[in-house]
Amino acid sequence: MTLRVRVALLVALLIAVGLGAGGYVWNVRQSQAQNRAAAPVVARGGDLVSFRGTPHLVFRSTALGNEYGRVAVVPLAAPAGPRAFTPAACERVYATAEDAICLSAERGIVTRYRAQLLAADWSPARDLPLTGLPSRARLSRDGSLAATTTFVFGDSYANPGQFSTRTLVTRTDGEVVGDIEKFALTVEGRTVTAADKNLWGVTFADDDRFYATAASGGKTWLVEGSLSRRTVKALRRDVECPSLSPDRTRVAFKKRGDLPPGRWRLAVHDLRTGAETISSEQRSVDDQVEWLDDSTLIYGLPRTDTNGAATSDVWRVPADGSGPPLVLVPDAWSPAVVR
Amino acid sequence: MYVTLRDRPGAGQGPATGRVVRRVSSTVVLLGTVSLLTDVSSEMVASVLPLYLTAVVGLSPVAYGFLDGVHQGVSAFVRIAGGYAGDRGGRPKWVAVLGYGVSTISRIAMLPAAGFAAITAVVTGDRLGKGLRTAPRDALIAEASDPSMLGRSFGVHRALDTIGAALGPLVAFALLAAVPGSYDSIFVVSFAFALAGLAVLVLFVPDLRTAAGTARIGLRRALREVSGHRLRRPLLAAGLLGLLTVGDGFLYLSLQERDDFAAIYFPLLYVGTNVAYLALAVPLGRLSDRVGRGRVLVAGHGALLACYLLAALPAGGTGLTIVVLLLLGVFYAATDGVLPALISRLVPGETRGSGIAAAQTVVALARFASSVLFGLLWALQGPSRSLVLFAVLLTAAVPVAAWLLRGIGREEEERAQEVRP
Repeated sequence: MTLRVRVALLVALLIAVGLGAGGYVWNVRQSQAQNRAAAPVVARGGDLVSFRGTPHLVFRSTALGNEYGRVAVVPLAAPAGPRAFTPAACERVYATAEDAICLSAERGIVTRYRAQLLAADWSPARDLPLTGLPSRARLSRDGSLAATTTFVFGDSYANPGQFSTRTLVTRTDGEVVGDIEKFALTVEGRTVTAADKNLWGVTFADDDRFYATAASGGKTWLVEGSLSRRTVKALRRDVECPSLSPDRTRVAFKKRGDLPPGRWRLAVHDLRTGAETISSEQRSVDDQVEWLDDSTLIYGLPRTDTNGAATSDVWRVPADGSGPPLVLVPDAWSPAVVR
Repeated sequence: MYVTLRDRPGAGQGPATGRVVRRVSSTVVLLGTVSLLTDVSSEMVASVLPLYLTAVVGLSPVAYGFLDGVHQGVSAFVRIAGGYAGDRGGRPKWVAVLGYGVSTISRIAMLPAAGFAAITAVVTGDRLGKGLRTAPRDALIAEASDPSMLGRSFGVHRALDTIGAALGPLVAFALLAAVPGSYDSIFVVSFAFALAGLAVLVLFVPDLRTAAGTARIGLRRALREVSGHRLRRPLLAAGLLGLLTVGDGFLYLSLQERDDFAAIYFPLLYVGTNVAYLALAVPLGRLSDRVGRGRVLVAGHGALLACYLLAALPAGGTGLTIVVLLLLGVFYAATDGVLPALISRLVPGETRGSGIAAAQTVVALARFASSVLFGLLWALQGPSRSLVLFAVLLTAAVPVAAWLLRGIGREEEERAQEVRP
């Protein structure tokens, strides 16, 4: 082949490849615009103030369209019915009757993440310190404490499964209680000083006591902690992302068991008896569960049948292991029950 | 036995012999262009992979960490096979084409791949391709270069490679801004870049033959060369230094634990390192041609030592963080391209790919062991004390490595004399 032929071949190939890839992207862009225009408009209606007056569910709406990612509210009486949108856009949201915490991300070359407390009108009231990819957010029942978990480093060089989280507990008036990873961790009477320990997925019991996940050396534990004493103590093995039931007797959690990395079953641990109940949800759940009431768990699951779009639904399943999982709110993520 | 230019087929006709050539061979620039395009392609995918896996596929970052562990292992072992295959056929270009081709196909295979197992398979395929192509490509660079400016040639190649690595994430995030959430678009555009790189390689990089005539290099011969006395000391030195090279991930983590600047800009820390690497790859390559590749290699570890000590200081600050990042870039610029430049002059052309692959694998395995060790130390006693310990050990190892490599520079110089008429 002469140089001229080769140059011609390369130019032809570059044009073909450029047109192909460019055309593909253009096509996606067009169809995205069409989808936005033709998106089955998720039923919207009701007004925020009256919904907030009744028991309700606050969540991230993942219905395709202009409101994608916005926080929405539905009354618990009609969770699949019309939703009222708030102006806030969050990756994760959690709310109590008065307060809401919003973890958001501004995507870019350096993605900036922020944790904000929202005022009653859903406008940002205060920034909380935050670094890394938002993962979990919880408020205490009276809304005076906030806990955020972020992945500072979700990557590993040598140890598969190693990662680094930061879990900060903050008073909603702005006072930083601390990074609970710095609290003294005891497992079976021994203090764990390993620097690879991570704590995440806080659920508050009262103004001092909380439950969370602790991990070190590839093991995880359910831990009970005290903010005032700055201690955490392991209660049992293989618990991630605990969530305390409204009656404070049980903890719902993600159980790894003998599943491959990155897969979990949903289970419930009884704090009084130590008994464990596996839920009937067969799919892997990677979410910090929320309790709809004392007998029902709710959680988000990504929807797999949509082509590439990051859509998800909030599901419900009985906490006692009976009955199949059902969709509670379609096109939703990160639910918080407010009664 | 010295390796002279007469060992190289085509000596005396090649553009790099017979006169002092000031310019880097066009083959090196072409291979650099191939790497640039391929790196745009692979870094595009790599930079969005954590987001894609967590946001779309629904995996947690823990599973992503597992995936990353898989990568590290695969690449090191395939590399030897790639080096040997290039030597045995005597035409490293086609082994490199195979390696680049496998990676290219893996881009487009991301489209139908769904779920953890499929994505693991695709990403592993990509790494297989990368492992396969590295040594034959470096053998081609060595083959195409004037032996007296090998360091500079590798420097030019690595600089082009780094430009691609820096552009990749920019292209990816620009695309995500244009078509939000369309990861498929990223895979398609990434495929286009990989295909363009492959085309430049196939159409323009000359099919340099490294083996003399039809003589095929048996496995035994390759093994003998690789384990022979000429490579023994440099491989020992590379292994010893590699054992004390903490993964940059750990260094970034130490910085991030210490100060908020590093924590906020965590995803950008590697950019600082890359900028220094990019700026210094060519100058340090040239320096290594002048003062000896072994010396530059050893001196680079001095920069690494300074990194450890500065990162171990209890208090940080923006300035100190940037200095550490730049020093890390100096370290990579003084070692990454210089090592193959050093090795490729110590083995005859027929086994050059195997020799380079052996050195890179020794370094990769030693660094892997070092990371495991450092990870354990970190877990036991935290980053600062572990870094200080590694700094102390490195201080002891650098003179040993310098002693191991001492004769090498002279041999090289003598050989360089031989080369020039």
